[in-house]
Amino acid sequence: MTTSDVAQGDKNARPLSLSGHVGFDSLPHQLVNKSTCQGFCFNILCIGETGIGKSTLMDTLFNTNFENFESSHFEPKVKLRAQTYDLQESNVRLKLTIVNTVGFGDQMNKQESYQHVVDYIDTQFESYLQEELKIKRSLHNYHDSRIHACLYFIAPSGHSLKSLDLVTMKKLDSKVNIIPVIAKADTISKSELHKFKIKIMSELVSNGVQIYQFPTDDETVSKINTAMNGILPFAVVGSSEEVKIGNKMVKARQYPWGVVQVENENHCDFVKLREMLICVNMEDLREQTHTRHYELYRRCKLEEMGFTDTNPESKPVSLQETYEAKRHEFLGDLQRREEEMRQMFVQRVKEKETELKEAERELQGKFEQLKRLHSEEKSKLDEKRRSLEDEINTFSKKKTAAELLQGQSFNTNANLKKDKDRKKAPNDQGLVRVIIENTVLHTKQKYNLFDGQQYIDIQDVFNCPISELVVLPGCLECSLLNGISDNVWKLDLNLFNFNSADSRIYIFACLLKNMLFTTSVYYIA
Amino acid sequence: QAGLADTCSVAQTPGHDLFGYVGIEAVLDQMRRKTMKAGFEFNIMVVGQSGLGKSTLVNTLFKSKVSRKSCSPNYEEKISKTVKLQSVSHVIEEKGVKMKLTVIDTPGFGDQINNENCWEPIVSYVNEQYERYLKEELYVNRKPRIPDTRVHCCVYFLPATGHWLRPIDVEFMKRLGKIVSIVPIIAKADTLTMEERQEFKQRIRQDLKANGIRVYPQTEYDEDPEDRILNDKIRENIPFAVVGTDKEHQVNGNKVLGRKTKWGIIEVENVAHCEFTNLRDLLIRSHLQDLKDVTHNIHYETFRVRRLNESNLTGESEGWREKNRGGE
Repeated sequence: MTTSDVAQGDKNARPLSLSGHVGFDSLPHQLVNKSTCQGFCFNILCIGETGIGKSTLMDTLFNTNFENFESSHFEPKVKLRAQTYDLQESNVRLKLTIVNTVGFGDQMNKQESYQHVVDYIDTQFESYLQEELKIKRSLHNYHDSRIHACLYFIAPSGHSLKSLDLVTMKKLDSKVNIIPVIAKADTISKSELHKFKIKIMSELVSNGVQIYQFPTDDETVSKINTAMNGILPFAVVGSSEEVKIGNKMVKARQYPWGVVQVENENHCDFVKLREMLICVNMEDLREQTHTRHYELYRRCKLEEMGFTDTNPESKPVSLQETYEAKRHEFLGDLQRREEEMRQMFVQRVKEKETELKEAERELQGKFEQLKRLHSEEKSKLDEKRRSLEDEINTFSKKKTAAELLQGQSFNTNANLKKDKDRKKAPNDQGLVRVIIENTVLHTKQKYNLFDGQQYIDIQDVFNCPISELVVLPGCLECSLLNGISDNVWKLDLNLFNFNSADSRIYIFACLLKNMLFTTSVYYIA
Repeated sequence: QAGLADTCSVAQTPGHDLFGYVGIEAVLDQMRRKTMKAGFEFNIMVVGQSGLGKSTLVNTLFKSKVSRKSCSPNYEEKISKTVKLQSVSHVIEEKGVKMKLTVIDTPGFGDQINNENCWEPIVSYVNEQYERYLKEELYVNRKPRIPDTRVHCCVYFLPATGHWLRPIDVEFMKRLGKIVSIVPIIAKADTLTMEERQEFKQRIRQDLKANGIRVYPQTEYDEDPEDRILNDKIRENIPFAVVGTDKEHQVNGNKVLGRKTKWGIIEVENVAHCEFTNLRDLLIRSHLQDLKDVTHNIHYETFRVRRLNESNLTGESEGWREKNRGGE
């Protein structure tokens, strides 16, 4: 809750006196009652080497037994362990969180030791900041995890602060309220303690470490706070065991040479620490954390992100405007990058396109070339065919001339024979009877071909070697005839479709390329 | 300093037992001290037609001349042509507790012939205060204590007609009830008899319910059963019928605040006569902090959510309209 500092006297408001009892003096009570219902939150961070007595001191301070377990000395890194407890005293509920550093000062190389602590503290600030910046937020229900007090445990060497101590405290003094304590103070004698305290404080001052000062502005507590400020750091002893002194049981540590009473102000400063930390200044610690340390963190974080209160022309700029400007910038950036990518894409596509076109052209060229070749070859072949046809024509002319000559003499005979043969026609045994008439030699030969016997030896027919053979009709090629290489010419009759009774094929045989002879082959089914 | 006594813990799961005295309860004292030192702020707005006794009531409540009338040296009773809000601040102190009290007056409300939209200046005033607070809260370098000018309570004066709520009453309370805590009261209640008063109150409560108007204390914000019981009692009794005065008279040998009439003296602080004390107790003695809390935790947060969402969606604020055209 923030309220205006009325004590300073607002220039807008005039003081007025009341003529009777109004009743708003109950305001503090109203406020306190509300807070009591909600409960309080207090978070303590204990930094110190392993075994220096942090957990024991916490137990003693809060008069209870928190579940603690001893940590080992062999932690590779400094870890922070936070535990939350719900305490209640009369009607006040306290949510106490104790954060312990585990393994602090145990590593061989202690350079990174303080970083984890700093990070932890920053993380708590960050989550509060996040909650505060949310649109829908619930700050009054928020479990405040920011560290309100940091107890720094100094080892009771009696000489001076270790460099690790100085470095750590310097890093933390602007982030958290540091209260240094000398741990295990029962190992130092009174005079040594006095010198030790002075040495520590002077070292802190000379190194510019700002530890928490108890506030002295409120008259009620300024006297005691000022006195306590002079006794810092508190030399404490912690113990959860009780020893009987007189007729009372007190918290104490029993040695063969005496008993160190924790709550005896002559023996150690424990009671002072408890007074200062809890009874007198708890609220102030919380307030300082919120108004000083947290605000500093928030300011730095926001400035880091680029938010300012005034723009370069020194005109006030609201957070929203900055946020909007940034958002716009970001969106503009995105758009630009999108454009770039699109253009790159377009360019690549174009490139690919030209490549493909090139390839296409090449292929087209090749295709045309091939086509040309083909057409050339085709025309060559056509020529050959034409010449061949010409040859055939001349041959047939010669043949008809020759036939005419023969036809005059054998005309009647041949006709008769033909007729006879035709009358014999139907052979229904599936037999293929072939008659080969050699018109040149005027011979006829009959072949009966059964299934399986297919070939007719043309050379038989002509009785001489044949150099070339042309068979009509159709598309017969020399490949139909076997034995070309051996000059043995066989006619495979199965290749012909002899359907009608009067099928003839003409075979023109060329003997040694000199003369044309014809043979007719008849088929009789 | 904390006393050494007693009180061990009350074991509460999952709490921890304290074996002895620690001193945690001293934090209450610490808090009390700090708040007393810092002081409090309270901003109260009074709304109603002129002549209903707003200034007198505020003066009676705070037992001093806090109203605008009493402060301005050359004050003339004039009915203003428009609704103009004026605020006056005083610092009052009681038993060490300092309070900066701001009274916001709304002269001209409901006084015109045509009263349409007379609530608008008031609505914008309330929202302006929220806006101002939000701006301060959003600064990178913030003030350690943000000045709080937000309206914590709006006392609405109903004329004692005895009938029902008038249209202007319904309209005003409907709109303002969403953004500020309204406490309706029956002004100049000495013109109603007890029976008339009860009936009137009942009718008003019915009217409020029928129109969905939420007045303080709102049921939704009751935090626990105790609160609910307390607040239920209050809710059964609103609106309080009040009479205000700053004059004192002698009754039975005591000096009392009252209005002297031919037929008797109306004692303002007598619960049998009027409910002024109830109102004072509610506003000041018991619920003042709660009024502030409701304003801060609920009304202000609602405003903030709406405002931040608006600026995200439409980019409506000074000077960004052109910039945002391209972005969306």
